[in-house]
Amino acid sequence: MRYLLGLIIGAATLWLLLSGVYKPIVLGLGGFSVLFCAYVCHRMGIVDRESVPLHLLARVPLYALWLGGEIAKSNWDVAKRIVLPGRRISPTIVRLRAHQSSELGQAVFANSITLTPGTVTVALRSGDAIVHAITADNATDMEGGDMDQRVRRLERPFGAPARREASQ
Amino acid sequence: MNALIDTASWILLAGGALLSVIGGIGMLRMPDFYTRMHAASVTDTGGMILMLAGLMLQAGLTLVTAKLVFVMLFLLITSPTATHALARAALEDGIEPQVDHDKR
Repeated sequence: MRYLLGLIIGAATLWLLLSGVYKPIVLGLGGFSVLFCAYVCHRMGIVDRESVPLHLLARVPLYALWLGGEIAKSNWDVAKRIVLPGRRISPTIVRLRAHQSSELGQAVFANSITLTPGTVTVALRSGDAIVHAITADNATDMEGGDMDQRVRRLERPFGAPARREASQ
Repeated sequence: MNALIDTASWILLAGGALLSVIGGIGMLRMPDFYTRMHAASVTDTGGMILMLAGLMLQAGLTLVTAKLVFVMLFLLITSPTATHALARAALEDGIEPQVDHDKR
């Protein structure tokens, strides 16, 4: 029920910000389409913890901020390697263990890797991410497991104690 | 104040344009398919974020800025998905990456 409510509130907010025309008839049409979409999603049985990840909401801003910093750093790094003369790359492929407990967490992890320039998740099979990195250093950074840890903290249920498992 | 915001917005727009061009140069300079994808993601992330941020400063606190935020959010979710699909399709089709170290 809370996921359905979350979906309705989210869709209504999106509609209000995108529309900008607040006349009664348009608002009515918007309300109708939001409720109709929610009804269709409910009938399809796809409204759950995975499609409406309310539990991530509180922690996403901090993670987004950190990821933004990483994106800025690696943009600078890759841009330098492109512009400066000479061969400054050492392409490397590594296999990383995605320690997230849910598939959503693993998807967030794999997408975060791809989003930072210099590393791309080529495949994600049974909890292992195959990552192509533009330099050996990038690959070693990823093997350090900092991002893996952060995504695991992101998906942790609210109020659960922080677990620090040894990453291997 | 207005001149200050305008200047900041121009710097962001110029920076975004520069990163986009650098991404384009990288696509030509890099040796193989996978390393070219890394160059493209400079355009995808840095170029896109700086340009949209510059446009947001031009729009001010209006609904247009809200829409630009949505554009950025959606691009930040869809572009890695597309990159991943591309990389995976290439690997499945047998385009072997030229790598210095293979630690699969």
